[in-house]
Amino acid sequence: MKIEYSKPPHPREHRLIFKNVDRVGWDPSIECYINEGGYDDLKKALKMEPSKITEEVKQSGLRGRGGAGFPTGMKWTFIPPNNTKPVYLICNCDESEPGTFKDRYIVHQDPHQLIEGMIISAYAVGANTAFIYMREEFPEAAIICEKAIEDARAKGFLGKDILGTGFDLEIYVHRGAAAYICGEETGLIESLEGKRPYPRIKPPYFPAALGLYMCPTIVNNVESLCHVKHIIRMGGDEYAKLGKPRNTGTRILCVSGDVKNPGYFEIEVGKLTMRELLYEVCGGPKDGREFKAVIPGGSSSKILRCDEVFKLKNPDNSEKDLSFWDIALDFDSLAACGSMAGSGGVIVMDDSRSMSWVLNNINAFYAHESCGQCTPCREGSSWMKKISDRLVEGKASAEDLETLEQVAYQIDGRTICAFGEASSWPVEAIIAKFREELLEDTSESNSGVAHNPEAEAQRRFLIDHDSFPA
Amino acid sequence: MSDSSLQHLVASEKTPGTAKFPSFEVSSEIEAEAEKRIAQFPVEHKRSAVLPLLHIVQHKFGYISAEAIEWVAGKLELEPIKVCEVVTFYPGLRQSAPGKFHIRVCRTLSCAMGGSYELMDKLCELTGIDRSKQDSHHHPIAVSPCGNYSVEFAECLASCGTAPVCLVNDDFHEAVAPEKAVELLAKYPAEDS
Ligand SMILES: Cc1cc2nc3c(=O)[nH]c(=O)nc-3n(C[C@H](O)[C@H](O)[C@H](O)COP(=O)(O)O)c2cc1C
Ligand code: SF4
Ligand code: FES
Repeated sequence: MKIEYSKPPHPREHRLIFKNVDRVGWDPSIECYINEGGYDDLKKALKMEPSKITEEVKQSGLRGRGGAGFPTGMKWTFIPPNNTKPVYLICNCDESEPGTFKDRYIVHQDPHQLIEGMIISAYAVGANTAFIYMREEFPEAAIICEKAIEDARAKGFLGKDILGTGFDLEIYVHRGAAAYICGEETGLIESLEGKRPYPRIKPPYFPAALGLYMCPTIVNNVESLCHVKHIIRMGGDEYAKLGKPRNTGTRILCVSGDVKNPGYFEIEVGKLTMRELLYEVCGGPKDGREFKAVIPGGSSSKILRCDEVFKLKNPDNSEKDLSFWDIALDFDSLAACGSMAGSGGVIVMDDSRSMSWVLNNINAFYAHESCGQCTPCREGSSWMKKISDRLVEGKASAEDLETLEQVAYQIDGRTICAFGEASSWPVEAIIAKFREELLEDTSESNSGVAHNPEAEAQRRFLIDHDSFPA
Repeated sequence: MSDSSLQHLVASEKTPGTAKFPSFEVSSEIEAEAEKRIAQFPVEHKRSAVLPLLHIVQHKFGYISAEAIEWVAGKLELEPIKVCEVVTFYPGLRQSAPGKFHIRVCRTLSCAMGGSYELMDKLCELTGIDRSKQDSHHHPIAVSPCGNYSVEFAECLASCGTAPVCLVNDDFHEAVAPEKAVELLAKYPAEDS
C-alpha cells in the first residue's frame, strides 16, 4: 500500500515512529489506527510473559530518547525483584528541552501508537496505573490523548481484564504548568505528587525503586515508549539490525535554526553524518550564508563548531582526526566528540549569528528554569545570565568572561539534578570554542576590574574570610 | 471566608483583564470536574490532584485567587500554604488576570533566531501594551489597557522547526513572522468593554 504524505519524508528517512505523521487521510481516531493493524502488537505482547517483553526490549538495544540515552530494557529490570508495592509507569511528555519537537507530533497525530506502547510497557513492568505527564503548553494534545484513552478503554484495550487476559491498566493524562524542570524525572514525580517539582537526590531516589509515592516507577520518554511497540512487532533482534551496534533503531532528529529546510527527520541511528543531515536532508545553509555552529542534542548539549576537528582514539589507542562534518549522528559518536545526542534537537547557527547573543539567550532560559533548590544552580544560572546580559550590551570586561567560565565550572557536578550540567555545559563549550569572538564583544573601556561588581564582591568575601586561593 | 494571611501571600492584583473573567464561584459543574480528577489518584494521595484542580480554576476564572486556593486546599484536605507554594512556583499558573486573549510568544533560541522578539514588539505596538515593567520572574505578563490582550514570553514551545511560534489562549500558531502580527490579532477581535 502506498502511503501519501502532505509533507513527504526525505528519502534518507526510515519512518517507524513517524510513519503516520503528516499522512494524507490519517487522523488520530482509534478507527483509523485499528484499520492499519493497530493494537495487534498489544495482542501479541499480552500472549507473552512480561519478562519476555523486557528481554526483547533489552535485546533490541533501545536507548532512551528523552535525553540521557539510558538502555530502556535495563532500566525496567531495576524494579526490586521482591517488590510488593504498586508499580507505576510514567510517560514523560514534558518535551521542553529547547530544540526538541518530536513528541508533539506523536501526541497530536498518532496518540494510539503511544497508548499501545504504554500498555505493552506497563504489562512488562507490572504497572496497573500509568500517567502521561504532559506539558501544559500542549492543551490540544491533552484533549486528544484523553479521548484516545477513552476510546481504547471502550474497545477493551484499557481498564479491567484487558482482552480477557486478567491484566488491568488505567492511563491518565496529567498536565504540568510550564516548568522545564518537570521534565527531569524526579522533578516530574514530585510535581505529580502535587508538590513543587524539586528534583530528588539520586541515590537513593532512583525512580525504579523509590518513585511515585515511594513506589517503583518507570519513567520513559514518549518516543521510547512508542519504540517498544515496534520492538514487539519486529522482535528485539530484528529491531537491533536498524542503526548501529549500541546505537540501534531509528530516532527522530529535530532540526531548527539556520538551514534551508528545518523539520523532523526519522533516521536510522548513526546512519547519517552531520554533512548528510545538514546539506542533503536539510538543504544546506540559507542563501549567501555559511554554517557556523551546531548544538546537536538540545540546548543542554555542548555546541560544536563546524570547522572543528576532533581527536578520537582508535581501539589500539592510536589517534585519528574526525572533522565535524563526518560525525555520525548517534549516541556514542557525539559523546566521543565531547557533546551528546541528547534529545535529538539539532539547532543550527550560521555566520550571521553572534555567539554572545546565542549564549545570552541560552543563559536566560536556564536562569528562568532553575528550580532554586541548589545554591550553585540557582545563583549561578542567574549570575551567568547577568554577565552575558552585559556582554551583549557591550559592557562586559574580559575578566567578566573569566568569571562566567568559573561560575559555570562551579555549578557543573555540584547539584542535585542534571540541570546543573544542562545550564553550565553550554556556557563552558561556547566560551571554550568562541573565546576570541566573545572577547571582541567585551569592551576595552570596561576592562577595569571594578566594572565587575559580582566578581569583586566575591573576591572581597573570600579575602575577608581568609580562604582566597593564592 | 478568605484568610487574610493568604491574601498577603498571593499577589492577586486587579488588572484591566479582571473584568473579562467571571469571579470565582464553585458551580456543580466545577465540583463534578474536580471530583473526577481527584478520583484518578489513590485516596491517600489526593494531593496529586492539586495541578488538575488549579487548571480547572485558571481555565474558568483566568487566574488563581486566594479564595480559589482555599477551595482547592479544602477539596484536597491540605493546608492552604501547600497549594499556595505550588501556585507561586509554576510559570504556567497566574495570580492575576491576563487579558481576554493571552498571547505567549516563544523567546527561546530557535524562535529568537526566527524573529520572536520582533514579533513581541509588534504585538505590543498593535495592542498598546507597555512591557517596560516586565521581568521574567515576578511580572512576566503585561495586559493591554482595554483588557482584551496580554502578552508573555514563554520558553521553548517544542515547535522550533516552525519558528517563531506562539500560543493564544489554547490555540497554537506556527511560523508567525513579525509581519504576521496583524493577521494573528485579526483572528482575536477585541470586544468593547
Ligand atoms: C533538566 C532536565 C530536563 C529534562 N526534560 C525532559 C523532557 O522534557 N522530556 C523527557 O522525555 N526527558 C527529559 N529529561 C530526562 C528525564 O529525566 C528522563 O531521563 C527521561 O524521561 C527518561 O526517559 P528515556 O529513558 O525514555 O529517555 C530531562 C532531564 C533533565 C535533567
Ligand atoms: S540543579 Fe538546579 S534545577 Fe536541579 S535541583 Fe538543583 S536547583 Fe533545581
Ligand atoms: S525555540 Fe521556540 S519552539 Fe522551540
